[in-house]
Amino acid sequence: MRFRREPLFLARQSYRRRRLEDAARLLPMLGVFLFLLPLLATDIGTAAQGLYLFTAWFGLIVATAVIARGLTRRPDISYDPDSNHSPTLSDAPSTSAKRREGRD
Amino acid sequence: MLSFNTLVAVCLLYVMGLFLVAFAADRSAARDKRRLLSSPLIYTLSLSVYCTAWTFYGAVGYAARSGLEFVTIYLGPTLVMIGWWWFLRKLVRVGRAQRVTSIADLLSSRYGKSNLLGVIVTLSAVIGTTPYIALQLQSVTLAFSVFARDRSAGWNVPDLDATALWVAGGLALFTILFGTRNLDVNERHHGVVTAIAVEAVVKLVALLAVGVFVVWGIGGGPANIAQTVDEAMRATPKDAWTITGGRWVGLTFLSAAAFLTLPRMFHVLVVENPGERQLAVASWAFPAYLFLMSLFVLPIAVVGLGTLPAGENPDLFVLTIPLHFDQDGLAMLSFLGGFSSATSMVIVASIALATMVSNHVIMPIWLSIRPKEATVSGDVRQVLLAARRLSIIGVLVLGYLYFRMSGGGTALAAIGMISFTGVAQVLPAMAGGLLWRGASRNGAAAGLITGFVVWAYTLFLPSFGDAGLMSAGFLAEGPFGIAWLKPQALFGVSGLDPVVHAVFWSMILNSFAFIGVSLMSFPGPLERLQGAQFVNVLDHTHQTHGGVFPAAVAEDLLVMAQRTMGADAAQNLFQTQARAQGKEGYLPDTTPDFIARLERALSGSVGAATAHAMIAQIMGGATVSVDDLMAVADETQQMLVYSSQLEEKQKELTSTARQLSAANEKLTQLSIQKDAFLSQISHELRTPMTSIRAFSEILRDGGAKDAQAAEQHASIIHDEALRLTRLLDDLLDLSVLEHGQVQLNPQREVLSKVLDRAVAATQSLIVAEDLRIHRDHAREQIVIATDTDRLAQVFINLIANAAKYGDAKYKRLTIRVSVRDGVLRLDFVDNGSGIPTESQAMIFEKFARLTDNAAAGGAGLGLAICREIMDRLGGAITYLPGQRGAAFRVTLPLEKIPHHGWN
Amino acid sequence: MTKQVLVIEDEPNIVAAISFILSRDGWTVGTHTNGETAVQAVLDAKPDALILDVMLPGRSGYDILQDLRAHDVTRRLPVLMLTARGQRTDREQAERLGVNRFMTKPFSNAEVVETLNELLPG
Repeated sequence: MRFRREPLFLARQSYRRRRLEDAARLLPMLGVFLFLLPLLATDIGTAAQGLYLFTAWFGLIVATAVIARGLTRRPDISYDPDSNHSPTLSDAPSTSAKRREGRD
Repeated sequence: MLSFNTLVAVCLLYVMGLFLVAFAADRSAARDKRRLLSSPLIYTLSLSVYCTAWTFYGAVGYAARSGLEFVTIYLGPTLVMIGWWWFLRKLVRVGRAQRVTSIADLLSSRYGKSNLLGVIVTLSAVIGTTPYIALQLQSVTLAFSVFARDRSAGWNVPDLDATALWVAGGLALFTILFGTRNLDVNERHHGVVTAIAVEAVVKLVALLAVGVFVVWGIGGGPANIAQTVDEAMRATPKDAWTITGGRWVGLTFLSAAAFLTLPRMFHVLVVENPGERQLAVASWAFPAYLFLMSLFVLPIAVVGLGTLPAGENPDLFVLTIPLHFDQDGLAMLSFLGGFSSATSMVIVASIALATMVSNHVIMPIWLSIRPKEATVSGDVRQVLLAARRLSIIGVLVLGYLYFRMSGGGTALAAIGMISFTGVAQVLPAMAGGLLWRGASRNGAAAGLITGFVVWAYTLFLPSFGDAGLMSAGFLAEGPFGIAWLKPQALFGVSGLDPVVHAVFWSMILNSFAFIGVSLMSFPGPLERLQGAQFVNVLDHTHQTHGGVFPAAVAEDLLVMAQRTMGADAAQNLFQTQARAQGKEGYLPDTTPDFIARLERALSGSVGAATAHAMIAQIMGGATVSVDDLMAVADETQQMLVYSSQLEEKQKELTSTARQLSAANEKLTQLSIQKDAFLSQISHELRTPMTSIRAFSEILRDGGAKDAQAAEQHASIIHDEALRLTRLLDDLLDLSVLEHGQVQLNPQREVLSKVLDRAVAATQSLIVAEDLRIHRDHAREQIVIATDTDRLAQVFINLIANAAKYGDAKYKRLTIRVSVRDGVLRLDFVDNGSGIPTESQAMIFEKFARLTDNAAAGGAGLGLAICREIMDRLGGAITYLPGQRGAAFRVTLPLEKIPHHGWN
Repeated sequence: MTKQVLVIEDEPNIVAAISFILSRDGWTVGTHTNGETAVQAVLDAKPDALILDVMLPGRSGYDILQDLRAHDVTRRLPVLMLTARGQRTDREQAERLGVNRFMTKPFSNAEVVETLNELLPG
């Protein structure tokens, strides 16, 4: 049963990484939304707007830090259950990680 | 009490501190201690050149006038940084892969290494940045004048222009010292970057300190401040503090665009980037820096408005508040913060501009003036360094002149916005180039030109007011009364604020022109190749082997590379590449792969367009093969996986095949040479024997006329017998050396003595052939421990060769001595016509005399003997191509002496 | 009227030896050392026989022989070739080009005189 478990684990890890990349791509959209929101609430006064803006800003910074750490720590595994091409032999984790390193 | 002298003294101390930091950083970079220098912290802090004096002083003034709107200047960059995965990562990867030296170089490289684009971007960057540099000078002098006014007791009110001049001069000195030390911009300016990082800390600490003082020292805590803010908002006339959609969105977009396209930002973000890990950290750390920089801006503004007398310039609240409350130390710190902001911006901006100006304007002009010289003679490296230094001075002089002529006075924020809008015009061409393969050179040029024209028409020229090119009537009525061409209400769009109006129209028309022309034009092959490499940079870095150019071209390339990168770096590159191809020596096959590598290495020094032009000059422009294009056009992932495996195999096979073919060629040559050797040795032996036999027969038959004739015959026999003996001695010497039965007599001796002996031994020949020998005796004082008699034999041979075979009118031989990595290196370079490339591989073989010129004496065994001797001594002798004359390099390890073969 | 022979050879000692033995036998001996100008020298001197070395500075003896055989005046000029390279291919090449006699160095003095007299009887 060990044999079955290992690929499952790998798939899970690479799945997580893909979603982290998605999150990293979506962050600026979230940022745009958060930073545009004060335009819709002009009546609450500059102090409240400022408080909101700085809070949202801080939240974005924390979120980016978490995602960036995840992306640099988590190994990049090319096998992606979502993508349509099947993994070939050379796509085993060790070689693909090495190849990525060489490319950087 | 702060006196003017104290202020100046503190400034000078601070600047000296920066010099020390920069110097120490350069030193430790040179000693390979790059870990600290390439830490994410330094990278993040270096990005703070975004925060200039404009943001340090001006943000408070901006907040006093328009409330929260100042934040947009920081929100744009924040969005760019938190979206790093999407765009910045790609930009940085491209920058490193293509060895980009500036934003002008990026565009020129992407669009088929077109220098036209490089020139357009460079010119606009100079136009856009000059006012900005003037602004920094102005802020420093304004800060001085504030002190002068508030503390006039004990002050000789300083001449403001003189202050600006001193500041500009000091900055030029610093920038030239640390900015033009190494030529390859990709080697990065560790000293400058570290100094900038220190200044970033000073800025932040200064602003935070003033902020804390204002909130807790004067304002009575955050709650009171919030109340004051709302009061201030109600006090301002006509909702000046209300956020308006157009400006909010427009300015956020503008600052995001400028963050990517400002020459100085591109320089620290991409050119000085040490790696993607650092970018990942900066993605959140730099927004955090901006967050802290803007946290106290609004409180400082409202407290300043509330406590300082009306009419006080809000742009200088950061200074005037501490002074007003007699906090001299805080005022000093704040002054240093502003000073840091101004200087770091000017330093980085002038490095970035100087790189662009020298690579895209000066070098191409210089190359076209002396097309032949650039590749063969002329020291490109020196020219380039001089060009860069002159450009730095030029940029600062322009900034100073603008400062003198504008006379200051304009609100700081206005100049900043105009600059931002100008440089942002590069964005469509840059983003399009990275994301869209269809983007073409003509499209980029059309977009850039359209954008700049619209910017100049709607924002830049009107900013000079009535005094400038546009009269008040022109602004109000439009040219010739055509209303829809009114500069600040183009096509009847009148509801917008002037800056937003300019951003809107310039970016829209710029993008339309860029996309439209790109769709209609058809890019050239090089453009398409570069386009594919840029857009797909994250997927592959793909190269193939195509046609091979003759080795003679490789030698020309080496000559050119030596002039540009320096001799050592170029020789190293060529040797490594040759070895990677499985070849020996310094001349690799000119495969497209090698050419691409060389071009990238060169572009680190002179920019992509110039590097391409220099190589094309030698290669005849044929640097892109159809195979290259095909390889890059193969897009599908599947194809890439397969082809990269195939490529690995093919590379191996190609290398093996090349080695085999080289070996085969050598064997064939050797076989031919063996025949020639036998034939040659037969000739060398039979010729003296003929004379001996003929004259001995004459003597035997008693045929000599008289005793004198008989004596003459006998002496001919004697001479020819000696000649035979010499030949046999040489042959035996070689045979003994080749079979390792030689006795070495190692002894300690100074190198110059060994050379002296060699010169003395060849004295008669030197005099006869009138050979001049150039030596540097000071460098020859190296004690060597080896068989110096054998070594002298090698030197004698090389000197004699230069005397006999040198074909210059005035024969000259230069002997250069150097030590590298514990290896002694002697280069014997003469001024003759050198040895043809095709013969260089064979000259160390026996009897490989290049001409049939037997009269020169010797049997062609000399170099073969030299090679064997150097082999025995543990060193080597090689032919050094690319020196114009014949050049031999003798190398000998200084410490290690081989033990075999002794006693 | 003595018979004239031209010696084209670059080794001074060999030239001296050949001149000595041939003049002793009654020949008038002319000498020339350069390969490049050799053909013109032959045309100018109009010798009765020619002794030609193979390895000459500037031009090989084979090339000179080929030119001489192509020229009307020297088509039938008796030529004795001397070489120090003595391989069979050398002899074959010389014969293909129409040499009259071919000798390998070192030679016997008597043989040279004999061969020359054979080439020009009477």
